[in-house]
Amino acid sequence: MEAQLPPYSIKMMLPELFLFVWALVVITFDLLTRRKSGSAVGYLAMLGLVICGGILSITGYGRGFGMMFINDPVAVFFKVIFLGAAFMAIGSSFGITNRKIVNHRGEYFGLILLSTVGMMFLASSQELLSLYIGLELTTIPLFVLAGFFKDDRKSVESGIKYMIMGALSSALLLYGISFLYGLSGTTDIVQMKINLAVTQLANEGDIGVILILATVTILAGIGFKLALPPFHQWAPDVYEGSPTPIAAFLSVGSKAAGIVAFVKIMMLGLEAFYDPVMKPNDWGILVGVLAIAAMVWGNVAAVRQSNIKRMLAFSSIAQAGYIMIGMVAMNQYGLAAVGFYTFVYMFANMGAFAIVTVVEDQTGSCKISSYAGLSRTSPFLSAALAVFLLSLAGIPPLAGFFAKYYVFAAAIAMAGSSNGHTWLYWLVGVGLLTTVFALYYYANVIKTAYFAREASPYRLRPLRPALLVIAIGLLGVLIFGVVPETIVDFARDLPYYIAH
Amino acid sequence: MVPISAYLILAAVLFGIGSVGVLVSRNMIIMFMSVELMLNAANMALVAFSRALNLMDGHVIVFLVLTIAAAEAAVGLALIVALFRNRESVDIDRFNLMKW
Repeated sequence: MEAQLPPYSIKMMLPELFLFVWALVVITFDLLTRRKSGSAVGYLAMLGLVICGGILSITGYGRGFGMMFINDPVAVFFKVIFLGAAFMAIGSSFGITNRKIVNHRGEYFGLILLSTVGMMFLASSQELLSLYIGLELTTIPLFVLAGFFKDDRKSVESGIKYMIMGALSSALLLYGISFLYGLSGTTDIVQMKINLAVTQLANEGDIGVILILATVTILAGIGFKLALPPFHQWAPDVYEGSPTPIAAFLSVGSKAAGIVAFVKIMMLGLEAFYDPVMKPNDWGILVGVLAIAAMVWGNVAAVRQSNIKRMLAFSSIAQAGYIMIGMVAMNQYGLAAVGFYTFVYMFANMGAFAIVTVVEDQTGSCKISSYAGLSRTSPFLSAALAVFLLSLAGIPPLAGFFAKYYVFAAAIAMAGSSNGHTWLYWLVGVGLLTTVFALYYYANVIKTAYFAREASPYRLRPLRPALLVIAIGLLGVLIFGVVPETIVDFARDLPYYIAH
Repeated sequence: MVPISAYLILAAVLFGIGSVGVLVSRNMIIMFMSVELMLNAANMALVAFSRALNLMDGHVIVFLVLTIAAAEAAVGLALIVALFRNRESVDIDRFNLMKW
């Protein structure tokens, strides 16, 4: 019998392959210039991301490598988010690379690009093995990046905490994947969904204890990546200790990667076990409980932080909770709301972290008290910080408001559609209530910057790439706040692709 | 012939030992070994399922997972060395610069 190989269509993989090669080019360039290339290596990395975005726009939709690699609108949408997050992380890194890690610039930028390649592979994978490998390619460079200041005790400590937690979560995920493989006999996620449904029907709706175990371990594994309580303990420490642009990249890129993994495994593969008609199932309630825990604990703990990086870490835990509301509302609006939320969150969070980086470069401190009186000496950056924080809090004219609005609207639409989902009203209620807490601690930073007795002794002078990042963030937050339709219209189509 | 449930129980026991090791141990290297044990428990389950289903996928997955585990070990041990240079200890009770 002659084996028939599926068509490879390597063209689909072109953006990832290009970025992978470019990462090596960046590292080699730094070596060839004997580590004296200055900012050029950083600009080279940013150029690579822009070119990769261009290649992505002309690659088009399609499949490659059988069913393993798929370029559908969902994948492309999230790839744009990953590229944007990497671009903004690199743009805000120049202050650090010029002073603190002069001898390892190439590795620093190269590892960010490699991690982005992993995220892009993850977004395109339609199959358990490539999904797992994509997730590992995302996180292993991030272990190194988190501990990049190898003489700084805090940085190394955060790197090692992230490494243990990341390895633990991937072991949990792999254990769950092994059960899914054993139950369905395939690693293809779409085929897995069909096989599991057939088994379930044959057993008269009983899905068995092993599938529940698999769901729980996979949920725990992804929960670590998303920093959902009770798997969130690593996040504040890692964000505090790691270089600030890397903390930003973790909070946006790595989180978006976890969201994609969740969409692929839970929404696509285990979709049937969401439906409350079938018993005993329902990972929806489990995720809903995690979302409530994330919103409550993230927002409450953020109130009492004095370090702005820790505060943003808890705020990102809470934001993951809001995103999970959209996931639980598995109707046609749910995934669209999740996509839009993640897109807007990228602009606001990367922008806020970029300003934190500028302040840290200048003052050497991440304390909220070091922001006192900044509005008098650096009015533009203080205003930008206020816009980003208000967008994260969800204040109306800014994009963050529409993101929260769509997520809550999706959950309410689902709650009204059937009797089994009325508990979603509680989810929305908790979400609205905790938004008030969020407003308090975001406004606290703005108050410190604007209503101090004396002017700040520091005059912030951001480098040009950092200004570019802040400008991109401001444009994103303002434009998609005024005309969210441009992205929402694209995001609205996402659920149709995930369902088929 | 050994039934598949025997392999799965062994995998579950190994996974349990590994996760308890991560949670209880105070030594960074032991914690790291325990994580590797958890990964290998998952490999065990994959091979057992693969054999029972008469499919090759599981065997292939195990090889790739081994590669990933090696990469993870390389990065992890490098971090542990950097940590030891900083504070002459791999005891996690001393990693309290930041509130855990």
